Formats: sequence, structure tokens, C-alpha cells
Amino acid sequence: MRKTVNQKAWFFILPVLVLVAFNAILPLMTVVNYSVQETFGNNEFFWAGLIWFEQVISSPRFHDSLIRQLIFTFSILAIEIPLGVIIALAMPRKGMWVSVCLVLMALPLLIPWNVVGAMWNIFALPDIGLMGYTLNAIGFDFNFTRQIEDAWFTLLLMDVWHWTSLVVLLAYAGLVSIPDAYYQAARIDGASSWAIFRYIQLPKMKRVLTIAVLLRFMDSFNIYTEPFVLTGGGPGNSTTLLSIDLVKIALGQFDLGPAAAMSLIYFLIILLLSWVFYTLMMRNEE
Amino acid sequence: MARITLDNLGHAYMPNPQAPADWALQQLDFEFADGGAYALLGPSGCGKTTLLNIISGLLVPSRGRVLFDGEDMTTRDPAARNIAQVFQFPVIYDTMTVRQNLAFPLRNRGVPAAEIDARVREIAEMTDLTEMLDQRASGLTADGKQKISLGRGLVRDDVNVIMFDEPLTVIDPHLKWQLRSKLKELHRRIDRTMIYVTHDQIEALTFADRVVLMKDGGVVQIGTPVELFERPAHTFVGHFIGSPGMNLLPCIMAGDKAMIGDTAVSAANAAAVKPGGSLEIGIRPEFVSFADKGLPVRVTRVMNAGRYRIVETVTGSGETVKLLASNEDAVPSDATHLSFDPAFTRIYRNGWLAGEGRDA
Repeated sequence: MRKTVNQKAWFFILPVLVLVAFNAILPLMTVVNYSVQETFGNNEFFWAGLIWFEQVISSPRFHDSLIRQLIFTFSILAIEIPLGVIIALAMPRKGMWVSVCLVLMALPLLIPWNVVGAMWNIFALPDIGLMGYTLNAIGFDFNFTRQIEDAWFTLLLMDVWHWTSLVVLLAYAGLVSIPDAYYQAARIDGASSWAIFRYIQLPKMKRVLTIAVLLRFMDSFNIYTEPFVLTGGGPGNSTTLLSIDLVKIALGQFDLGPAAAMSLIYFLIILLLSWVFYTLMMRNEE
Repeated sequence: MARITLDNLGHAYMPNPQAPADWALQQLDFEFADGGAYALLGPSGCGKTTLLNIISGLLVPSRGRVLFDGEDMTTRDPAARNIAQVFQFPVIYDTMTVRQNLAFPLRNRGVPAAEIDARVREIAEMTDLTEMLDQRASGLTADGKQKISLGRGLVRDDVNVIMFDEPLTVIDPHLKWQLRSKLKELHRRIDRTMIYVTHDQIEALTFADRVVLMKDGGVVQIGTPVELFERPAHTFVGHFIGSPGMNLLPCIMAGDKAMIGDTAVSAANAAAVKPGGSLEIGIRPEFVSFADKGLPVRVTRVMNAGRYRIVETVTGSGETVKLLASNEDAVPSDATHLSFDPAFTRIYRNGWLAGEGRDA
């Protein structure tokens, strides 16, 4: 049998190609363009070579933002992935409570990001916020607008509250797809609950957890709205993550060249780390 | 190894069963002898998997007891019962190698490593898995995976019973045959009680010494494959076992003869028929032959089944009678007569074999 080559298929993906070109490739090319030029206004541009890249890579400010970003991302991954799995394991598999749990879990995901930031900002205010006031009332000196640890605590708590549900829903989907026979066989084989988790549930959840890790990694590495509304990057620069720093440079200082170079480096880091995660987690798949 | 006794067993999936139809498993008393090969045979939904899960401890019955060698196991955990079960779809631990899969039930029970190694080697040899021991189990074909499930059942040398829940469903036809003879061979070799659930009569009849035929949650007949074939206790057995199934013809009694229309037929149990009820003659196609006189019929269809032909005939009153004819025999083209072998002609009263069992 010979495979027939049908070139007509290209016509069908043409609209998508055009759309992607206009909303992704062209803007990205503009950024590439800015990243190798210098401008002094008046729409005049001068070739600058790789100067901005060198400047960004050697800039302590970028290093600090990147380190804060890495700390933030790895902290929320270390909390949200295990927590999501634990909650998914504890959720009921059948009965009326399934829908109740699923709706409860989906709620945080439905709230717009800037609203999440505003909610937590008010929630954590030491004088009127429920959490802030309560913490102070029971003896903690809590003030997230003044103290770095408190700002980080609130920031992490907010992200865990907002996004653990996503991990729960994905892990739950993986869990319910395991046929009963696996649990029955494990009971007959005398497996402990830990062995059931380790050899049945975890392997069966592996694919969805890979997706969960990748999604949470990329989203948290790009996070902007919620910390911007919650802390605005402060106190000082203590919660200035990469995206917040980028916006400050691009729109605050209007340094288009360095901002463009930083965007591209930022993009490459996400791409590289996503690839590393994916390769590590899929290493044993046939 | 153990003798398994089912004492007044019954199960319903609803909380307050009233009508007989509420019970997934009707009243059941039975004993599986130590070392026997049994098949639970019946159509889908007849309660055979329910019964299996009660024996393995995955399900606690609504009433009655399960005893292993006289010891009450009704509410004991599957692990405590020391049984093995092979499921319809192969259950393997994906991340482990074949060796680790086979060792898993022993490792969970804290058996010393040297002993595990020896057992795994022996079982791998038995199930033809030796060459794949260090492969990842997830890479094997369906029949290979099912062999792992089987191997995990065999690896403990003290299991009371090994149960199979339609284990060949996902296996390719040509491998089915191989695995089936493998099972039979293993049973002879290890001499362990085995219970095999299936809806496939060929699997049941080739595997088991004793077949338990079930319908609507109740046991219809328990017997050797030959008994089920030659002496069906109920018209359902006659119909369910055999290909094609038993012919059934409404009849009335006239003295010691059964009358199909105007034709008198002698039957093996004619003397035992009690008055009343609806009566039927049951005769397998294998025991029907063409004759010069007897039941007048018309040949309506001849189907070639390879080594023999299935001839379909119809009586004057419109009943279908099937019979088997060898390829050499001449098949009359139209009107002819049929004769029934009296030794295998039986009368059924209200569905049950007249004068025996539930009709006695």
C-alpha cells in the first residue's frame, strides 16, 4: 500500500498560521528587533548588537529577580504538587459528595487573577483584614506591607490557595481512571496502603502530574497580576519577581532594548526548564 | 490448600432485599473440594463474579458463611484468606520489572530474599516468563501480562485457592488455546484448588473437572462436563451448553410415551413424569437422526460447520429441530422423518428434568 500525499491539508491550517503569525510570531519578532537596537526617541533606532543581552546577563538586578523567581516557583511546586495529590487521595470516589468537592475545588480557579490579588490584599491587611487582624490578635507581629517574610508568606499562601485546586483536579482525574481490579489485586497481594500508592496510584497519575508540574511551572514563572496587586513587588524589591521587574523596565523606565533582551532570556529560561522537567518525568516511558 | 464451603450463602446489592429478583446471588450451599478444578459458568449478570468476589473476600455476603477448611472466613480480609485471583484485564504493576511483579506478593509478606528469588525463578519457568524476567512489565503483550497476573497468583506456595475471573477475555484467539492448556497443565502440576469464572462454555468444559452452571443468581446444575452435556438438569443447561443447543419440543404424556403432535416418542425418564405442568421433550442435535418413520419434518436449511453440517428442520406444528449430519451423509431435500435416541431423550416439566432434582 502506498500512502497518498495530500497537499490540500496545508490550506486548512493556513488560517491558524495567519492567526498565530499575527498574535505571536510578529510581536515576538518585534521584541527581537528591539533587543538588538538602541533608540533615543523620535522613532530613530541604532544597531546595538548584543549589548543589551550582555547587560542583562551581568546585571545584579536581573540576578536578584531571577533568584526570587526561582525560589517562588520551586516553593509553590514543592507545596502544591504533594498537597494536591494528598487532597485528591482524600476526595470521595463516588456518591453525592463528589460533585460538591469538585465544585469547591473549581471555585478558586474561576476567580479573575486581579480579584485574587485584591482579595488577599484586603484579607491580609493587619488593621482590617480577617487574616491580618487575627494573626496580630493572637500575638503574631504580622504586616505584609512592611516585613519581607510576611509578604512572602502571604504571596505563597495566595498562590497555594489559588492553584492547588488545579493539581487536585488533575490528580483526581488520574486516580478515578484506575480500574477497581488494581486495588483488588493489591489487596489480594497483601500490599500496604503505602505500596498501593507507590506502585499503583503514583504510576497511574504520572502523566497527569507531569502536566500539572509543567502547567504550574510555566504559570508561576510568568506570574504577574496577583503579586502586582498584592504587594506591588515590595516591601522594597523583596517580592519583585521577573515579570514585575520586566514591566518596571519596559513601561516604567521605558528601556525598550534591555527589556526586550530580558524578555527573550526569560522566554528561553522557561523553555529550557520546561524541557528539563518534561524529560526528567518522562524518562522511563516506553 | 483448602476445602471451601459455602454455607447458606446469599448476596444482594440493595439494603433490604424482598423479592427473589433483588438477590444477586440466591441461596447457595456448596463445597469446593481441595485440589479440584471448578468452573463457574453462566451468562453475564448471573452472579458468578459476585460469588467469586465473596470467596476472595472483596465482598462480604448479605447472609451465610464462607468456610475455608471449616474456619469461618466470611468477614476476613482478602490478604488474610491467602488466596490468589486473576482478573479479566491483566493487572500488573507498571513501574516494576516482571521479576519484581512476581516477587511483590512475597515481599509484602516479608519472605526472605533468597526464598523469593528461588520461588520467582520456579514460577517464571512454569509460566514461560524466564526470558522476560528483567523487562519492564508494562512492555509485555496482553497474554504476557496475563501470565504475570497468573504468576503472582502461583508464587505463594500456600495459597488456598486460585480464582480466575474470565482471564482470557483480552487474549487473542490463537493464544487463548495455549493459555488454556497451560492452565490445565499448571493445575495438574501444583494440585491447588482452582475456580474459573467464564461465560464461554468451551473454556469451562475444557478446564474444569466440575462445572457449576448459574443463571439469575442461582445454581442450575453442578456436574462434570459430560453430565452437563448428556443429562442437562434444566432446559437452560441444554440450551446454554452445546453448539447448537438442545432441541426443545412441547409434548403431552400418553401412558409411558410422550406425544409430539401425533408422534409417540420414548424418553429415558418417561416413567418419572408427574402429572401437570408444562412438558417439553429435550434432545440434543447430536442424538437426532434421519429415519424412514418417526417425527415428520421438512428440511429448511443446511449449514456447513466444517467437519459436519447443521441441518435445520421444521415440524408440522412449526417447531424447529436441529440435527448434526456428517459431511458424507445424504441430507433429504424436503419432507422426511426424524428419530431420537431414547437414551438421550428426556422430558422436562416446567423447565426442570422430570422426576429428578428440583422436580423430584
